[in-house]
Amino acid sequence: MLAKRIIPCLDVQNGRTVKGTNFVNLKDAGDPVEQGKIYADQGADELVFLDITATVEKRKILADLVFKVAQGINIPFSVGGGISCVEDVSVLLNAGADKVVINSAAVEDPSIIEKLAKQFGSQCIVLAVDTKVVEGINKVFVSGGRRQTARETLSWIKQAYEAGAGEIILTSIDHDGTKNGFATELTARVSGLVPIPVVASGGAGSMNHFVDIFQQGKSDAALAASIFHFKEVAIKDLKHYLSQNDIEVRL
Amino acid sequence: MKVAVIKYNAGNVQSIAFALNRLGLDPVITDNKDIIGSADRVIFPGVGEAKSAISYLDELGLLKVIPSLEMPFLGICLGMQLMCSSSSENDAKGLNIFDEQVIKILPTNKVPHMGWNALFDIKGALYKGVDQKNSYVYFAHSYFVRLNSLTNAKTDYGSPFSAGLEKNNFYAVQFHPEKSGDVGQIILKNFIELEK
Repeated sequence: MLAKRIIPCLDVQNGRTVKGTNFVNLKDAGDPVEQGKIYADQGADELVFLDITATVEKRKILADLVFKVAQGINIPFSVGGGISCVEDVSVLLNAGADKVVINSAAVEDPSIIEKLAKQFGSQCIVLAVDTKVVEGINKVFVSGGRRQTARETLSWIKQAYEAGAGEIILTSIDHDGTKNGFATELTARVSGLVPIPVVASGGAGSMNHFVDIFQQGKSDAALAASIFHFKEVAIKDLKHYLSQNDIEVRL
Repeated sequence: MKVAVIKYNAGNVQSIAFALNRLGLDPVITDNKDIIGSADRVIFPGVGEAKSAISYLDELGLLKVIPSLEMPFLGICLGMQLMCSSSSENDAKGLNIFDEQVIKILPTNKVPHMGWNALFDIKGALYKGVDQKNSYVYFAHSYFVRLNSLTNAKTDYGSPFSAGLEKNNFYAVQFHPEKSGDVGQIILKNFIELEK
């Protein structure tokens, strides 16, 4: 049986891990290379790395950093941040990434999903969806959660799956950084909607929230940042706790 | 020890190199058939699409070379699938080292089969020292090989299938040992230390 995955996420800016609340108020949270290694040793099932730097030199710097992180870990490694073409993906895969995470570029031009899936295989293309409730409707946001789009979240996910996305990282902006728990209900709807793995993200504050997202939210994996970075929850303890709650995990 | 990792158009070979570095090895990443032919160990990785991978190997002159190699040889993921006789992925023809067909995972399960799954019924030198009670390894694939007489490791995703195959000097794994934590590291180390 497939184990549920626990995924620490590194939001990286100018080579450092940062973390904010509701996507703003960023504070320093460590060195990504060191953190990657520590998380892999502690039993993380995967590492996600999202680069939020916005500079011209970005692509090369990012590839160097991806190389260094990948060198130190023996678990799957997904990388995202400003990916918009086949060339971007090649650079990252050659640097040691296993999957790439796309977001804004796909929302603007969904044909990019199809292009990338065809070239690299669906198993390599992860779609990140940042969602927020606006007047009772789940809306897709882009540009690091700063800009609202016209897209409705569930129909966008369905469309992206049909175009070839192999996995969804669903981040609830409403829950992100609040530590009040994941968006359980919405995640369950997404998981029932598309036959590809769904990674829940945003809102983890306690070990119990992970039980909820796997049991009620039906997610395949759960992603979190600050509770791991700031050592509020240790991955090892979390996985033992999940196991005691009859959730299949890799111990 | 000279370890060659076959480089072709099918995805990430860097993680294999990193995993071998952690074992103290410095592999050659190459598509040169002479270098491959003279290596002590050959690793055949692969992520991507079967048919374009096969035509690329054909251009490199590797389609005939690979099945005739005599050193320990390890196919990983798509590499394993290409070692079979054919794949239903775009009707690709394979290297025919294993006389088995590669078929699509039934849509009763989520496809791709992506994540950590447990190995069972493991046998042979490749799995020496792997504890079957803690044998999670990382999979990411949409096609698979049924259980057969060459199966040396199984996993279960809806139903059991081949997580690994073995025939003479040819070994193959459907999962990614280079991404499978300590268990994967043991398997790679066993491969390197195989007696010819």
